[in-house]
Amino acid sequence: MKITAQQTDRLAAIVFKTAGWLSVVVLLSIFSMLLFNGAKAFRTISPVDFFFGLNWNPAAYGQPKFGILSLIFSTLLVTLGAMLIAVPLGIGTAAYMAVFAPRRVYRLIKPVIELFAGVPSVAVGFAGITVVAPAIAWVFGLNNGLNALNGAFLLALMSLPTIIIVAEEAIRAVPPTFQEASYALGATPQKTLWHVTLPAAMSGILAAVMLGMGRALGETMTVLMATGNASAFPGGFFDSVRTMTATIAIELGETAQGTAHYYVLFAVGAVLFGISLTINIISEKIARRFRYKI
Amino acid sequence: MRLLMLCTLIVLVLFGFIFWDIFTKGAGALSWEFLLTSPRKGMTAGGILPAVVGTVYVTLITAVFAVPFGVATAIYLNEYAHDTSGTRLIRAAIRNLAGVPSIVYGLFGVAIFVQGFGLGASLLASGLTLGLLTLPYIVATGEEALRNVPGSHREGALALGATHWQSIHSVVLPEAMPGIVVGALLGLSRAAGETAPILFTGVAFYLRYLPTSVWDEFMALPYHLFIMSTQHHAIQEVRPLAYGTALILLGFVLLLNLSAFFLRARYRKNFR
Repeated sequence: MKITAQQTDRLAAIVFKTAGWLSVVVLLSIFSMLLFNGAKAFRTISPVDFFFGLNWNPAAYGQPKFGILSLIFSTLLVTLGAMLIAVPLGIGTAAYMAVFAPRRVYRLIKPVIELFAGVPSVAVGFAGITVVAPAIAWVFGLNNGLNALNGAFLLALMSLPTIIIVAEEAIRAVPPTFQEASYALGATPQKTLWHVTLPAAMSGILAAVMLGMGRALGETMTVLMATGNASAFPGGFFDSVRTMTATIAIELGETAQGTAHYYVLFAVGAVLFGISLTINIISEKIARRFRYKI
Repeated sequence: MRLLMLCTLIVLVLFGFIFWDIFTKGAGALSWEFLLTSPRKGMTAGGILPAVVGTVYVTLITAVFAVPFGVATAIYLNEYAHDTSGTRLIRAAIRNLAGVPSIVYGLFGVAIFVQGFGLGASLLASGLTLGLLTLPYIVATGEEALRNVPGSHREGALALGATHWQSIHSVVLPEAMPGIVVGALLGLSRAAGETAPILFTGVAFYLRYLPTSVWDEFMALPYHLFIMSTQHHAIQEVRPLAYGTALILLGFVLLLNLSAFFLRARYRKNFR
């Protein structure tokens, strides 16, 4: 039997449609797998102890503690620290590239930033161990620099390319007539940037920041290698911290399948998934809301 | 203006310093022996051949899964789908998949591929896990490449009597191909450098033999670097080897990136 062009056409449509729905299936199965496995943790551990417990100590003899709060706090500490460094630097760089950089300079800068976006997180973690941690220890007179500050600094580096590239695009997307109108009114380039261009690009810049934050929050290897991984509740940037991602990475390998500890790690994964999903959704909402306004 | 230049300068110096540090100190460890032999003496001597081979294998397996599915999804979204709630659901799923932390893909790989499907810790399980991680990226870049093909080209093909599939196959895809390849290279370079998703799905600390099938465990460059810089019993002693590993890993990933950039630059020039 010879297959006609029409039959091939119909077959192709079915194949592509199936592939399209695959991504929905994947997202839903990740979601349900996390919920399903995570929920099993609560057969032996009370949700109150998990969500409101300050101590994470799965190895404690007879009385293991699975309080996620210290992990969440560690994650927030390094992530927000990273944003404090990366947001001003990133937006500043993006504004320079989009508005002021001469073409030749721009052609030099852009590839460096795009290339750095491709640097694997282990390589950044490695630089954290060999270069940044000793520098932090030296500057602040500490015994070692494997602490939250180191993690925050490295995560800032990792999220900078995302922030710069997306924010630059947002700033470029501001119609040139806005700036020309501002110049016509006698405003200086600085004034135009601060009072016209940046506010007009605000939605895209916020989306850039949220994307960078999502990247920092979900980073595993960098924080695993560079923050010391003490599971005690951290008191500040000079303390060693252990994030949610690092905890899963450290403990899943040494945990027997089917134990309470094993399922608790999936519950931690579910919380992490929930937080990054929320950040994603918020950043989309921001981008959409502001876009309609302008 | 000065402030902005200062920001840019700081960023460039930081990025540049990390590249420079790894390139200069890593270059000292490079030799044919380092590239072409296995680790010896409890990984304090010898080379990284098994890690290089493992990373190449797992990246190829990732490509086999992620590229066809990713491109097919992109074709569906851009060439077939109308703006319905179903299409919006697919797009939302892809955008959110792109933001899922890589360690969560690792959890998924353990629960579904290693245990659920019974693949065990293997090249196949790791490749599948990395494939899922890369999928949203390839879909997004593939869709962009397809969007850049002018609608008039499709209409021209249809007017000559081509079926929908014939117009995609012989007109749209060839035009979008460079863009699709660029996206695939960038996505795969990310997969090649990932550690968290393979941590529990197949990568091994040290193996005496190279993997011979997709069911074997494997060594990988990113994991090897992690081991050499944090888990080794003589960390200071093996620091030069760790720098060498970092250089090869960075070199491999940047090579994929650079070839994508050059391809993109050439393709843009041809187009105009």
